[in-house]
Amino acid sequence: MKEYFALFRIRFINGLQYRAAALAGLATQFAWGFMEILAFGAFYRANPAAFPMEFSHFVSYIWIQQAFLHLFGPYGGNPDAVESIVSGNIAYDLARPMSIYNRWFAENIAGRIARTALRCLPVLVVAFLLPAPFKMTLPPSLFQLAMSAISIPLGLLVVVSYCQLDNISTFYTMSRQNAIFVVAADFFAGGYIPLPFFPEPLRKIVELTPFAAMQNMPLRIYSGDIAGMDAVKAVALQVFWCATMLLAGKLLMRHSLKRVVAQGG
Amino acid sequence: MIVLENINKTFRVAKRQAGFGRAVKALFSREYELVHALSDVNFKIHDGEMVGYIGPNGAGKSTTIKIMCGILTPDSGSCEVDGRVPWKERVAHVREIGVVFGQRSQLWWDVPVIDSFELIRDIYKVDQKRYKNNLDELTELLDLGEIVKTPARSLSLGQRMRCEIAASLLHSPRTLFLDEPTIGLDAVSKIAVRQFIRKQNAEHGTTVILTTHDMQDIEALTERILLIGKGQILLDGSLDELKRRGGEQKIEEIVAALYKEYQI
Amino acid sequence: MKLYLKYFAINLKSQMQYKATFLLNIFARIVLAFATVAGVWFMFLRFNEVEGFTLPQVLLCTAVTTMSFALSETFARGFDIFPRLLGNGQFDRILVRPRGVIFQVLASQMEFARLGILVQAVFVFCYAIPNSGVHWTWDKVLTLVLMVACGAAVFFSLFIVYAAFAFFTTEGLEFMNILTHGGREFGRYPYAIYGNGVLRFLTFVVPLALFQYYPLLYLLEKERSVLYMFTPLIALLFLLPAYGFFRLGLRRFKSTGS
Repeated sequence: MKEYFALFRIRFINGLQYRAAALAGLATQFAWGFMEILAFGAFYRANPAAFPMEFSHFVSYIWIQQAFLHLFGPYGGNPDAVESIVSGNIAYDLARPMSIYNRWFAENIAGRIARTALRCLPVLVVAFLLPAPFKMTLPPSLFQLAMSAISIPLGLLVVVSYCQLDNISTFYTMSRQNAIFVVAADFFAGGYIPLPFFPEPLRKIVELTPFAAMQNMPLRIYSGDIAGMDAVKAVALQVFWCATMLLAGKLLMRHSLKRVVAQGG
Repeated sequence: MIVLENINKTFRVAKRQAGFGRAVKALFSREYELVHALSDVNFKIHDGEMVGYIGPNGAGKSTTIKIMCGILTPDSGSCEVDGRVPWKERVAHVREIGVVFGQRSQLWWDVPVIDSFELIRDIYKVDQKRYKNNLDELTELLDLGEIVKTPARSLSLGQRMRCEIAASLLHSPRTLFLDEPTIGLDAVSKIAVRQFIRKQNAEHGTTVILTTHDMQDIEALTERILLIGKGQILLDGSLDELKRRGGEQKIEEIVAALYKEYQI
Repeated sequence: MKLYLKYFAINLKSQMQYKATFLLNIFARIVLAFATVAGVWFMFLRFNEVEGFTLPQVLLCTAVTTMSFALSETFARGFDIFPRLLGNGQFDRILVRPRGVIFQVLASQMEFARLGILVQAVFVFCYAIPNSGVHWTWDKVLTLVLMVACGAAVFFSLFIVYAAFAFFTTEGLEFMNILTHGGREFGRYPYAIYGNGVLRFLTFVVPLALFQYYPLLYLLEKERSVLYMFTPLIALLFLLPAYGFFRLGLRRFKSTGS
């Protein structure tokens, strides 16, 4: 375990070095959040009855989304990992006494937490201080808060285990291009528009997929859009997808590493 | 002719410190230090000279080269290459110089080298007759025959370096700057590159300024040495003179002794 | 111009060396573009209109904005990846060549796969042009062409500003994304839906609305003055400060070398 903490620490310090980047990111995320709220606000004004979430829930959704952008974004997982597979340098990693899967997993999580640690608090603090309708609100109950506290790390694990599948797919495609993985995950996890805005039959299907277990659930549980028993079910689905994709990733990894060894790297 | 007088250059560099606590602290306050990259640099290089510019890493070699190429402006002092101030008349100046950065490529990676050559021809507006003469000569001397039909990415380092040098000479520059042209090359390629540079200098009178860590390059090519350390010119003299000072020692040892003597 | 075509040819030739990657890239661009359209479409399955604009009218905006963004991303790629050119020394090479700096940055990098978005634009135009309720006459067609062309120029200016900032800071650049990528992302709707404050900013400071919202009003005959038809041309003025800022950055680069 110790070596994973060491890796984690290096990545984390690395992330802290970039002060200007953090400030710039902060400004960008604010502006982005505002624009989203303004856009949806225009639709809300056009027809409040057709708006599928409470507006305040929606506002909280957007601000947490911005605050945790780099925690849940299905991109930028491990570019080094993909590079080492394509270039064949992965053979050297095999020589290290460390599971490659676990190492990538630790690095990916560390990178996400480091980038989020600097940015999420300022975004959240200011979002709470904003005037209505931009003001972010607390969850409607202690239960929702507790459930979202469980759901956020689970969402992170789901995203990372998904990114791992993306990385491992490189063994088979040998291409650096993974935009399909990213766009699909971003779109169906509610990165473009929240899932409640999806047309009805599609929404029901998407809500069962691993994508819905990413940012969609923690964000909507926090805001109160997924409440009570539904929140419990949502968390259970997250656990299911996380376990499934972890297992699938480990199995696929073993299979593809065997191929690498067989081909001599 | 190249004349540098009292050239000074200072950079401001942010301090980066190790450790977790310091990394957090650096978020809020950052310290800077001034690095005197060049202080009071003076030298003159005449037409047709071959000069070896040596010194340890970070001594100011590439800063000087960048100033002479017009990439960088000095804080004070004057620099003229063939009567032009490089950073003031960039376009007119760079038309007359050729630059090889040993660690970087100027060739388009994925197309045959000859395509890069032709684009460079058009960039420098070399007329077709002169281009053909130069290309024929370079092809023969550097043995580029089949190589130029290959994409740069599939070339060996030695083959690529020969192409890089050719690319820098297509427009018949009066001055050639070579920044570590033999780095990473095998023995055969090194010798080929050195022979070519000597020939280029002898036949076309091209002024050559060469930075390198390879003392055999120096020995094979240059009569004159400029030694720079901590931003100052420490020694400007002939190779023979240096050899006499060192007696029986090899040139590497002499230079190592010099580095030690000047504590650089 | 002749030299530009030579650069064009060598860029094209380079990218054709990797046909599979090129096709994958194009495919990725198309998927990305349709995700944006799907986002807009889903909204309109629920809402009939926003600020008086219907789905085909909004999609007209989406197509204009994404198309101009794709054009400038393809041909001004050098400015988009400018921090990389600075970092790996390619910019030093540009400085030792006897041609204009901006010309070389522009010409040395093109990424044709970005044009994959044009597939989306064609689809969307096919749907939106007949359904948007625009009474198509020659002046309307000209307006649409001006919107796309001048839009590309505005995004191009923004990329130049982005590159100019790279001379001053390598890590603080992300905030420019709100104008470049944000401009594209939020330009999927007419900029007016973001309210007066934003619209004013996008009119007088960063003239994104000049090639999108105002000429759209002309197309839809919500405004009949020809002034609205020619607002995209006014947006071209933005090139000047962008150029000046780049020169300023270049001067700084020459004195610091980083």
